[in-house]
Amino acid sequence: MFQGKGALALAIGGALSLIAAGSVVADEPAKLVVNGEIEMVTETEAPAHLDAFDTIYSGWTFRTPETRMLQMDDFDNPAMVFVDQAAEAWDTVDGSEGKSCASCHGDVAEGMAGVRAVYPKWNEAAGKVRTLVQQVNDCRETRMGAEPWKYDGGKMVAMESLISVQSRGMPVNVAIDGPAQSTWEQGKDLYYTRFGQLELSCANCHENNYGTMIRADHLSQGQINGFPVYRLKNTKLNTAHARFKGCVRDTRAETFNPGSPEFVALELYVASRGNGLSVEAPSVRN
Amino acid sequence: MSAGLWLALAGGLLGATMAQAEGVVAPSDVVFEDGAVAVSLTGAPGNPENGPDIINKGSGNCIACHQVSALPDLAFQGEIGPPLDGVGDRWSEAQLRGIVANAKMMFDESMMPAFYKTEGFIRLGDEFTGKAHAGEVTPILTAEQVEDVVAYLLTLKD
Repeated sequence: MFQGKGALALAIGGALSLIAAGSVVADEPAKLVVNGEIEMVTETEAPAHLDAFDTIYSGWTFRTPETRMLQMDDFDNPAMVFVDQAAEAWDTVDGSEGKSCASCHGDVAEGMAGVRAVYPKWNEAAGKVRTLVQQVNDCRETRMGAEPWKYDGGKMVAMESLISVQSRGMPVNVAIDGPAQSTWEQGKDLYYTRFGQLELSCANCHENNYGTMIRADHLSQGQINGFPVYRLKNTKLNTAHARFKGCVRDTRAETFNPGSPEFVALELYVASRGNGLSVEAPSVRN
Repeated sequence: MSAGLWLALAGGLLGATMAQAEGVVAPSDVVFEDGAVAVSLTGAPGNPENGPDIINKGSGNCIACHQVSALPDLAFQGEIGPPLDGVGDRWSEAQLRGIVANAKMMFDESMMPAFYKTEGFIRLGDEFTGKAHAGEVTPILTAEQVEDVVAYLLTLKD
């Protein structure tokens, strides 16, 4: 369980003490086990490439017991209704070629096991790093003859979640070397760039100040092993790129768009900072 | 365009220029010495009574990152920067002015945004819209607001 300087500060944080009381109760779920069977690694040794931390923590460890509990049973997880919708879409023929996802990949549980854990991933034919979303749209366009889905639209984020479910509990393991290295380096540069009028980088909040409160927000390490994330705040599934877009916007910067080369690179880099944590998607956060 | 409108425009420009000339230091003209700024940005003392409003959300939002025990009505006080209790004892007026205007001049790599700066940003946006900024850049706080908040901070004594 994450125990940062935030825990102490929370306890003395005036109005925050009510929230803090919840995060230190004795029966808080210390381990994330989903459906009583999928044991998640929410805290582990940082990957070798990451000098900033000794230990990496899933965003799950920063949330309240109530929010954590919602992710422990699929009947409680509000995201699963969208996963069910994507399961129907998986078997539904679409496009000029008369194919569904299942036509090539078969049962999603077999065909997609382990896929989420290694994306974003270098694609030799395309000659670039692709996100899982881009791969889905490539399938839709080139194999199914179907229209691509909006990058961070409802159908796509549900499908990304369905595919991610097939890797739940597996360690994130994106490759950062070989042909992916230059994209990874680009993502790393973006991570440390101080954007906008507020001149804030990802690292300012999520590397240098995780565990503390920035106004009412308890800063996490910004791990994306739980994405797509069901947020209680907007009651829908959210992609990592939509979260990136919002964060950069909030620095008073001209932000980047979901699916942009910049956010593809950033997703690869941020995912690599969580190599070793379990794929949790669809996770539940506030 | 009518002559009357021209006159009105010219008058407005003249007014703005005169206001600038009457002692307001433009963001790009601020002189830092060891991170401190000796001279009032408006040429006049600030009004500490305006401090709490500037410290709150929707303005300077200092409270997002700093705690101020004297302002218990401001909820969700942040923990990113040091508490501001007692800063009036720890820092001089010139140092506080410099830190508010551009903390990076005193603390290399400080996370604190520069509140009186208009140049040198990466991908500057139009406030919080996520769109590119166009036109003249205004600092996060006006010269008067900087002076007001500095005057307030000087009242925070241990």
